[in-house]
Amino acid sequence: MSEEFVLELEHIRKEYPGVIALKDVTLQLRRGEVLGLIGENGAGKSTLIKCCSGAVVPTSGKIKINGKEFDSMTPQLAAENGIAIIYQEFNNVGELSAAENLFLGRPIRKGMVIDKKAMVEEAAKAFDQLQIKIDPRELVKNLSVGYQQMIEIAKAIQQNAQVLIMDEPSAPLTTNEVENMFKVVELLREKGVSIIYISHRLEEIFRLSDRIEVIRDGEYVDTLITPKATVDELIKLMVGREMTQQFPPRKPCIDKSKVVLELKNVYGNGDEDMSLKIHAGEVLGLGGLVGAGRTELAEVIFGAKAKTSGQILLNGKEINPKSPREAIDLGIALVPEDRKRHGALLTNSIKNNINMPIYERISKASVIDASTEKANAEKYRKEIQIKCPSVNQLVRNLSGGNQQKVILGKWLAAKSQLIIFDEPTRGLDVGAKYEIYKLINDLVESGHSVLMISSEMEELIGMSDRIIVLAEHQMTGELQKEEFNADTIMTLASAIVDNADNAGGKEAS
Amino acid sequence: MKNLKGNNLIKSNAIWIVFIIEVIIFAIASGGTFVTGSNIVNIARQVSYYGIASIGMTFVILIAGIDLSIGSIITLVNVVCAFLMVNAGMNMWVAVFAALIMATLIGVLNGAMVASIGIPALIATFATQTIFEGVAYLISGGRPIAGFDSNFGLFGRWSLGPIPICAIIMILCFAVGSFILNKTYFGRYFYAIGGNEEAAELSGIRVNRVKYLIYALSGLFAGLAGIVLLSRSGSAQSTVGKGLEFDVITCVVLGGVSVNGGVGRMSGVVAGVLIIGSLTNGMILMDVSEYTQMVVKGIVLAIAVGIDCLSKKRQTV
Repeated sequence: MSEEFVLELEHIRKEYPGVIALKDVTLQLRRGEVLGLIGENGAGKSTLIKCCSGAVVPTSGKIKINGKEFDSMTPQLAAENGIAIIYQEFNNVGELSAAENLFLGRPIRKGMVIDKKAMVEEAAKAFDQLQIKIDPRELVKNLSVGYQQMIEIAKAIQQNAQVLIMDEPSAPLTTNEVENMFKVVELLREKGVSIIYISHRLEEIFRLSDRIEVIRDGEYVDTLITPKATVDELIKLMVGREMTQQFPPRKPCIDKSKVVLELKNVYGNGDEDMSLKIHAGEVLGLGGLVGAGRTELAEVIFGAKAKTSGQILLNGKEINPKSPREAIDLGIALVPEDRKRHGALLTNSIKNNINMPIYERISKASVIDASTEKANAEKYRKEIQIKCPSVNQLVRNLSGGNQQKVILGKWLAAKSQLIIFDEPTRGLDVGAKYEIYKLINDLVESGHSVLMISSEMEELIGMSDRIIVLAEHQMTGELQKEEFNADTIMTLASAIVDNADNAGGKEAS
Repeated sequence: MKNLKGNNLIKSNAIWIVFIIEVIIFAIASGGTFVTGSNIVNIARQVSYYGIASIGMTFVILIAGIDLSIGSIITLVNVVCAFLMVNAGMNMWVAVFAALIMATLIGVLNGAMVASIGIPALIATFATQTIFEGVAYLISGGRPIAGFDSNFGLFGRWSLGPIPICAIIMILCFAVGSFILNKTYFGRYFYAIGGNEEAAELSGIRVNRVKYLIYALSGLFAGLAGIVLLSRSGSAQSTVGKGLEFDVITCVVLGGVSVNGGVGRMSGVVAGVLIIGSLTNGMILMDVSEYTQMVVKGIVLAIAVGIDCLSKKRQTV
């Protein structure tokens, strides 16, 4: 038994005052395997890995490493026993070189002084081993996110990690970087490192893992052998119900005669020459790679960043929002990509979040009409089914999907006409995604317009009525529904702008 | 679950329990002098001015800012108001009004530096603290100014029955502060900005404008505190406000307003003010030296912030 498993978690239970984060989870990691760990948001994945790292002490249960039993872990004990975790946020220091980061906290020394030369050599060796091309002398702040992650992995391996736990490693990466990361994971497996790979993206789990463990609501559900598993089966295990189709049906609702938003040769915030139209009841998808300038465009429309030239027309009238406040009053809303940092006010209640943009509208002489405030919150809680015991609850305590709903509720309360979604379902589980899709459908069916930025190809194709693709801050193409095709979009997204002749400006209204 | 609720009840009122224990200790230690009517009136007079100043500071700390300039504002208001009344022979009410306008404008200046230029609040208000302490000296030449209209005793010396007017002013100010915080949209904005400035801006709050307002209010409340203090002492001294920001910040933080912003209630600050006020008074009654008092208050501030930071730490795990 102990020979076969490098890490075993037995009946782990973790209770917080009033909440049970983990009821009973068991996990066995074989030597040299990649174990995919999946579950809806709030299923307990993060708590589980924190139990492994010693960041969280389980209420009950056993942790065995190489057959040796531990009642609890401490971060130091975990490191000594070869357990390393790659979190979504990295612990790199930007102002130090790649080599210095690799030896952060335990530099190679010659007497009293740090031996930079030896560190650079050792780092070069370590990077070579993982077949990654990083100049050890380069400052980390100049490296892309993908390389920064590689340094984290190299650091773990350098410290003799036998078990590598990766929490949503692909989330911050571009498509190319994800490929590189996969190669490194596969290389590590060959070297006998055991890996727990946590991801929402099932195709990654299928590509990389040997076995897949599913947990739900803090409980172990099942472990499947990857080649024998199917997507439908996994989704069923995760959500505990049958998902008939990934995208809910939408009634035709586009009003081509009504152009809600029009951009004419807009420059600003790094973007160049943006021209597009969005109609009433339409979902316009904005595709492209990370860094193509999509979020930047959203910020310009929302008034968060200035445009340098060009025209923005809303319902045919030229607008020039200089702040989010002005944009909101014009009927434009933004659901940002980073929900926790930019979207929701986590330390405020659901009620306050929903009313935040309209407090001045529901106040007389700056005194809030408390009954309207409450009624608003209750209305949207019911309408978009925010699951919470009370609207006075802090948004921090909601799941990701419900937080996203609160943000949407706020824009509905503000009577927004055009709603910009930046990666609307990032980090959400399958069930929550489906609900957000349904809400987007409800929006356009009731006459709203939606501009949806998405890096998930399926989502972009499944939800958009029309797609505009950006690359390097320019428009490289526009696709009608019947032209949707993943390969075409990918090509446009990685198009070198000079060759994309006569693209972009073509309007098809 | 019921137990949990009881726990929360104790937690959220812990500050009042601390206050009650403190009163009992001083009552016993002073052999009863501490809880006599005349001493309670005394405490009320003593706490009134920093109670008033703590309201503006509460707003500032709620948005994770700080205002170190209020001690200097109090000094300058003392000097300027006295100068206008005595040297310029101005009507008492006009002088008070002018001094309050000036205090508010200093707050606006703080707001401009913090919001429009982006100087960290600690440094910006540290600079104005030094500037206006200097200005106060320049105006007074370091000499006390005295000889006010006897009616000027209204703010700090007079009483309505047994209750000192300054205590009534403080209670009114707390009521106004509580109203702003709980009933107006400004209060919601304060909490939102303190919780997450970026998200607040993206929710349509004009964060910079609110910051101007908050620092202006902090200046105004400090100005009012200065008037009360001047009325009580009957003479303007160029050192009167020195270090007062320290007591005020201690009251606010002790009252449960998080230095990280976004968390805190007016009722907690009231308790904080009462605790610091009775602590000071109790120590004076028991003949504790001024320097020992400094040591004690410093420790209280460190503990108050420490508890706040520890509870923050626990939440993130």
